[in-house]
Amino acid sequence: MFLLSFLLIPIIAAIVLLFIKQDSKAQVVAVGAALLSLFAAIYIITNATGAFDAAWLPVLNSRFVLQTDGLSKILILLTAISFPAIFIATGKNIVENKNVFLSLMLFTQAGLMGVFLAGDALLFYFFWELALIPVYFLCSIWGGEKRIAVTFKFFIYTFLGSLFMLIGIILVYSKTADHNFLIESFKHANLSSAQQAIAFALFFIAFAIKMPIFPLHTWQPDAYEQSPTAVTMVLSAVMVKMGLYGVIRWLLPLFPAAANGHAIMVIDLSVIGLLYASFIAIKQDDIKRLIAYSSIAHIGLMSATLFTNRIIGTQGVLIQLFSHGINVLGLWIIADIIEQQTGTRSMKNLGGLAKKQPTLAILLVAFAFANIALPLTNAFIGEFLMFNSLFQYNPWIAAAAGVSVVLAAIYTLNMVQKVAYGNISESVDKMTAPNKNAQGVLIVLIVIVFVTGVYPQPLFELTKDTLQQLFVK
Amino acid sequence: MNAIIVSALLGVLLMFCSWGIKSERLQKNITLIGFLVLIVANLAQLNGWYVIDFDTKGMLSFSRFGLYANTLLFIVTFLYIWINAEEVDQIGHQSGDFYALFFFILCGASILTSFDNLLMLFIGIEILSIPLYILTGADKKNLLSNEASLKYFLMGSFSTGILLLGIAFIYGATGSFRLEAPQIVPSKGFAIEQYLLSAGLILIFAAMNFKVSAAPFHFWTPDVYDGAPTVFTSFMATIVKSAAFVAFVTVFHGQAKSLGNSWELLLSFVIVATLLVGNITAVFQRSVKRMLAYSSIAQAGFMLFALYGVSDFANEGLLLYMVVYSLATIGIFGVLIKMKEYSFEAFHGLGKSHPLLAFLTTVFLMSLAGIPLTGGFFAKYYMLNAIMVAGAGLWLVIVAILFAAISVYYYFKLIQAMYFVPGTPAIKEVDKIYTYKLLVVAILLLVLGVFPNLLFNYLYF
Repeated sequence: MFLLSFLLIPIIAAIVLLFIKQDSKAQVVAVGAALLSLFAAIYIITNATGAFDAAWLPVLNSRFVLQTDGLSKILILLTAISFPAIFIATGKNIVENKNVFLSLMLFTQAGLMGVFLAGDALLFYFFWELALIPVYFLCSIWGGEKRIAVTFKFFIYTFLGSLFMLIGIILVYSKTADHNFLIESFKHANLSSAQQAIAFALFFIAFAIKMPIFPLHTWQPDAYEQSPTAVTMVLSAVMVKMGLYGVIRWLLPLFPAAANGHAIMVIDLSVIGLLYASFIAIKQDDIKRLIAYSSIAHIGLMSATLFTNRIIGTQGVLIQLFSHGINVLGLWIIADIIEQQTGTRSMKNLGGLAKKQPTLAILLVAFAFANIALPLTNAFIGEFLMFNSLFQYNPWIAAAAGVSVVLAAIYTLNMVQKVAYGNISESVDKMTAPNKNAQGVLIVLIVIVFVTGVYPQPLFELTKDTLQQLFVK
Repeated sequence: MNAIIVSALLGVLLMFCSWGIKSERLQKNITLIGFLVLIVANLAQLNGWYVIDFDTKGMLSFSRFGLYANTLLFIVTFLYIWINAEEVDQIGHQSGDFYALFFFILCGASILTSFDNLLMLFIGIEILSIPLYILTGADKKNLLSNEASLKYFLMGSFSTGILLLGIAFIYGATGSFRLEAPQIVPSKGFAIEQYLLSAGLILIFAAMNFKVSAAPFHFWTPDVYDGAPTVFTSFMATIVKSAAFVAFVTVFHGQAKSLGNSWELLLSFVIVATLLVGNITAVFQRSVKRMLAYSSIAQAGFMLFALYGVSDFANEGLLLYMVVYSLATIGIFGVLIKMKEYSFEAFHGLGKSHPLLAFLTTVFLMSLAGIPLTGGFFAKYYMLNAIMVAGAGLWLVIVAILFAAISVYYYFKLIQAMYFVPGTPAIKEVDKIYTYKLLVVAILLLVLGVFPNLLFNYLYF
């Protein structure tokens, strides 16, 4: 029953927000709801909660099942941290019709929570779409200049992907013993190997578009660049995790044989994408695009590791899901502060941040270190485990993927150098007093970065049960 | 039986009403009350109470499915008139006549949901079609409306001729008009009867495809839908099409097996052609009304899935699709009627000036596109499930899905026009009550989008 609160809190708040015209009040309601979800998330992590199960569509035998395990909990925690952080950090930004904006954001949150909680395939599909639709409106209304075309491309891409998943769901459903959508029945569906391969492909397309895996990534950099930054944060910190979550929760357990058979293809594509994105990131001048490509690279590494199907690799991914979210969130918040105060995202026009705003520059450097997975930061432990797993699978692939670490250092440090050091440029000179709220959020995030970097044990504990389910038969 | 008699009587009553009663408001109210009477009469029969009960000698048979389909059609029509009555009044001098025609059309529809004999199929189709020819040409001073009416009449007559020819062939082969006549068994080698039966069924198939505007018999649709007064287009594209689909399914669920394997081939061809023509052409339309005409062809392609095989999914899915598609289409036409012109540009800035109306339009469009949380999603889901259960190839499902994705393109183009492009919409004055009426339709769609089973509970108990 308690799990229902993850859906109800944001949805109720979102509906209430539609009737609050005053910006400051709307902001308070949104932050309040987001913090309430965060407390709820902390509660389910520290206390055991039962699954929620109610009849939904008796005709189809679909049930409204919400359940949690380590994988869900870690992503719920990430979602629950991200939303208040985003609301507080970008609260000062001027947005037209702010209450509608915040309301749509909270609907997105409800959709995301639903995706991570659903234990029934049809329900999962439902939330999968529900998370997408508000984002479509958020980007198209409040986005940049080319927003309409870019968002439409993003929408059609992901919608087509999820339609393929729907066919997959129908296919597996028709082969389950007692015709229902529960994940357990799906695992024991009676599929021939040919059918399993088809179903695998259908699910995989949906997840691959969402992650995204090369060559299905083309929607992403444009969408990240054109979306309002608050939405970009949601997209890259939380929403891409939907794809990885789908792989871990549905794809690998449902079609183990097919996943094994296609592993080499997926790993190759992921590694190609990883290198490709890293090289492109080096050439970027726009901070937002740079972070976008860097994010594609990180996701590529995670998806490659998942398909090696080894326990240490999967452990690494589970931790990295959380760490990557926190790190990229930090980078986006810094990028947003810079853009809001200087009016530019082009690194050519930036420089001298360290002299003008030392605190912000220090935070930037810290998050940059986390982005290249330096020891002591949270990303290190995850990447270490992932490379370990890749190496066990195939040393050559690990070596190829390893190049990306070097490339990541190049583009990240290059950005730090151009933005933070050098003479104070004209646009940086315009920067006014630091944005206290945003810096507060950044400090909280950086604490998380180092605490989980030095002492990741709680994250290991949290995800133990998922690994057991996946690997101990 | 009740529905057929009561709707015919009400039709006659309304016809004379326009003679004696001059107040359009009163006529509208009589019509709405008439619909309630009709719904009650039909429900009474569902519970075993007849106005007149006699042996129809195998002409009609009343299944729960047919009666329930009737109920749904009547309820949707009731909503349609409740929303659109004022617009109907603005066309021609005597709106009472139009109301009478609606009742006659529903009389035809009631026959189409309960026939057990191919002659009754023919009669039902005719009763349904002839008032439609008149409604299409109702806007007498508009040349386009006249053209549409004439075109529809000529093409419709041809298709009815083909239907009759098919029925005659089947009679020749089996010696009976009954739907469930004993199938002829070819004695040895060639049996001319077998060919006659197949030819007859294919001719009926073609004629029915014409009635539901499936490709390659769809050519009349865009012109007629575009030319007819918008209120009546909304009626033709929804209730009439749904009734024709019920008849279509009734004939072919029983008879398809005598066509053997070629049935699936034939049907797949028509489905793919319909989806292709409807969706691809809709993408290029510059007028919203024409886009909706093509979209209605595309939607018919999805409904054709119900023919693929007999299953609960097919029957339930058809009912759900009928209702959801009709509600969404009535809703979107309800908005369109209020526009001064039908181009996409006319919708620019609607999100700002009429937030609620724009939101409702979005719900209708999303339902047509089959996005979850709206009824359209489950309607499409049931149809896909139906062909999966019937053992169609996966390729057909994938083709359908690809076209569904294309349909998102043109439906969302309208959403983009409303919300993301600034401008002043070319819209007539819309009063609050009218918007609230549309809100009711949107709420129904959203409820069906979460609990589609509400619709089926009544089908079985």
